[in-house]
Amino acid sequence: MDALDLSRWQFGITTVYHFLFVPLSIGLAYLIAFMQTMYVMKNDESYKHLAKFWGKLFLLNFAVGVVTGIMQEFQFGMNWADYSRFVGAVFGGPLAVEALVSFFLESTFLGIWIFGWDRLSKKVHLACIWLVAIAATLSALWILSANSFMQEPVGYEIVNGRAEMTDFFALLGNPQLWVEFPHVIYGAFATGAFFIAGVSAYKMLRRQQVEMFKKSFQIGIVVALISSVLTATAGHSQSQHLMETQPMKMAAAEALWETTGESAPWSVFAVIDTESQENKFNIEIPYALSILSFNSLYGSVPGMLELQEQYVATYGEGDYIPPVKTTYWSFRIMVGAGMLMILLGLLGTWFMLRNKIENRKLLLRLLIPAIALPFIANSAGWIMTEVGRQPWIVFGLQHTADGVSPNVSTGMVATSLIGFTIIYGILAAVFVYLVVHFVRKGIEIDHNDIHSKPQDSGDHIPAI
Amino acid sequence: MLEALWFSLIAVLFVGFFFLEGFDFGVGMLARFLGKTDTERRVVINTIGPFWDGNEVWLITAGGAMFAAFPNWYASLFSGFYMALFFMLLALIGRGVAFEFRSKLESTKWRNIWDWVIFFGSLLPPLLWGVALANLMRGVPIDANQNYVGTFWDLISVYSLLAGVSIVLLFLLHGALFLGLKTTGIIKERAEAFALRIGKWTSVVLLFFVVMSYFETDMFTGKGINPGSIPILAGFALLSVHFFIKAGKTGWAFIMTGATIVLSTITVFICLFPNVMISSLNPEWNLTIYNTASNTYTLKVMTIVACTFVPIVIAYQAWNYWVFRKRVTVDDHLDY
Repeated sequence: MDALDLSRWQFGITTVYHFLFVPLSIGLAYLIAFMQTMYVMKNDESYKHLAKFWGKLFLLNFAVGVVTGIMQEFQFGMNWADYSRFVGAVFGGPLAVEALVSFFLESTFLGIWIFGWDRLSKKVHLACIWLVAIAATLSALWILSANSFMQEPVGYEIVNGRAEMTDFFALLGNPQLWVEFPHVIYGAFATGAFFIAGVSAYKMLRRQQVEMFKKSFQIGIVVALISSVLTATAGHSQSQHLMETQPMKMAAAEALWETTGESAPWSVFAVIDTESQENKFNIEIPYALSILSFNSLYGSVPGMLELQEQYVATYGEGDYIPPVKTTYWSFRIMVGAGMLMILLGLLGTWFMLRNKIENRKLLLRLLIPAIALPFIANSAGWIMTEVGRQPWIVFGLQHTADGVSPNVSTGMVATSLIGFTIIYGILAAVFVYLVVHFVRKGIEIDHNDIHSKPQDSGDHIPAI
Repeated sequence: MLEALWFSLIAVLFVGFFFLEGFDFGVGMLARFLGKTDTERRVVINTIGPFWDGNEVWLITAGGAMFAAFPNWYASLFSGFYMALFFMLLALIGRGVAFEFRSKLESTKWRNIWDWVIFFGSLLPPLLWGVALANLMRGVPIDANQNYVGTFWDLISVYSLLAGVSIVLLFLLHGALFLGLKTTGIIKERAEAFALRIGKWTSVVLLFFVVMSYFETDMFTGKGINPGSIPILAGFALLSVHFFIKAGKTGWAFIMTGATIVLSTITVFICLFPNVMISSLNPEWNLTIYNTASNTYTLKVMTIVACTFVPIVIAYQAWNYWVFRKRVTVDDHLDY
């Protein structure tokens, strides 16, 4: 492996790792904001306890998300210097705006929220968590507008061998962004919702604080169902857009070597041979890919071999077929996990509405490992979209191999790759340990809250 | 013109970062030593609890702003100082989670480990920033293609380490004075006594660094803009700290360490201008604000965004400090 391969591995590991925490933060932020709103509006203390309990888990998760996010921003310059030079005048913009407009808001108001329970009026304190949730969503919007540029470059021109921004609003209006952003955000809601539903299911199974956890289960499972369905719908529009803009990625995701006939089948299981560029074995659902791509029973989908010829004609000699197996299987893992999520969301909501959900032991037991499903789907989705874009780092403009830092040696990347992987492993272990610890402990009724001390006068204010 | 404006804006972001994160790095380094019991340590950490994350965003925004406004500077600096940044990231990652994790379990051993992580996580970044700044001032091997061609060890010298130590001392002093303002009783006394002890040493080491800069860099030869009286004011501000502490005016002492940090950072940026990285191989290969900048359109858009949002950020961060203006005491609700 050379510095390029190692840099790719490092980018993949740090990004997938970071994005385990991000969607959970976004989803939980809204759900906690909702619980706290119930507390403020209904003046029902149990919602306050719930908001605090989920808030504690949220903060553990947020901390890991923040620290791995710094790496996310720095690694473009560190490992992908030539990429940064090539697209910085376009791509840097959304990143800077994200930090300035969203991340400041998120971090500052989160700090105020954590320490502000008895410093601020209820309503101002509630506004803080809503600001955190909204800022986190805006963060996602800015980051995804940068990513959308890599998938579908818009609002730029090439001057002196680099991309320069010509229209900021084109970046924000990028059609790719508006199919990608909803898909990611609904996925984030689903992540938070399945987490809450699964943990609540565990507590109900253990017969601990059943009344309280039934409340959070109800919120969790309903949001889980709705957001899973919406994620799938948004994913559907995304795949239709993909047909128009990156047909090669779609063909690779289907392991489709030859262009299909009038109607395209969807492959369920294929044994792919990338050497001879054919599938040794393939189970297919007829018409399904045409429906997925065109909302119609008919519609031919171009295969990789034909696209390869087209791309050679457009972009010059080269291999434009991405790693087919990874793209194909990550797509199937994402879709499979998504289907299971919809199914479990339906069952959970159904039995909740029929009452006595706490007695549906099997379903509750299934919902605990189901916490993992959105994480699997999120990661697989990103692997599919980023691997499927290869060999491009910016579609049609720059090859990944041309973006790497020329002056960073293999040894340096190997060192940092090993270092980050070890640290990430330790963090994951500690994080899971602490989450389990607090889930076991359950909701703590804080006595300081009940007899909350009146705020003393200002003698503790430091005088200058 | 826009290039110069963005150079100043990035300077502003670094000034904000060093001023704000300066005291929370200082507090992080001191937590273990000024807090003798677990509760005392919690008090010390809670003084920066609501602030440190917001403070760190100044660095992240500075990084983002460099990427957007001077992509070639961002690329050369971050790839060139690769290993230094790797160590800094490890430190920042460890420190960030340590604040969150340390009090989550009762075990003394557990808390002890995270307290050490907070210590090293707060010590390493200022040390490395010192090393980085010294190298920016002195120049590093940069080739005709704007690539750093040295190794990590080329960044390490007596001069750059001295810069690192100076910044560590300055932040320790700044942090101790912040604790003097935000705590009461025994912790306040310890913090102020520590500030009094370290204040003199900080002045001596910084003076030594300035003298060494005269020989090591060409900052004094007036190739950039003459900073005029700014560095002299920085020196006076630092010297006055000692007297303010002795007079019991911790607030003024804190303002003066703050002024030292702000004025010194401004001095470095002014002396660099219009260079952003100096090539030790050939002055023709210097990175300047002109040969690293984005196109005019990008700079214009970013100017509008920055001019709108920087004041808003400053306003709500100020409100944050106002909400938590009270001193933290051992009787507080410290469950976090």
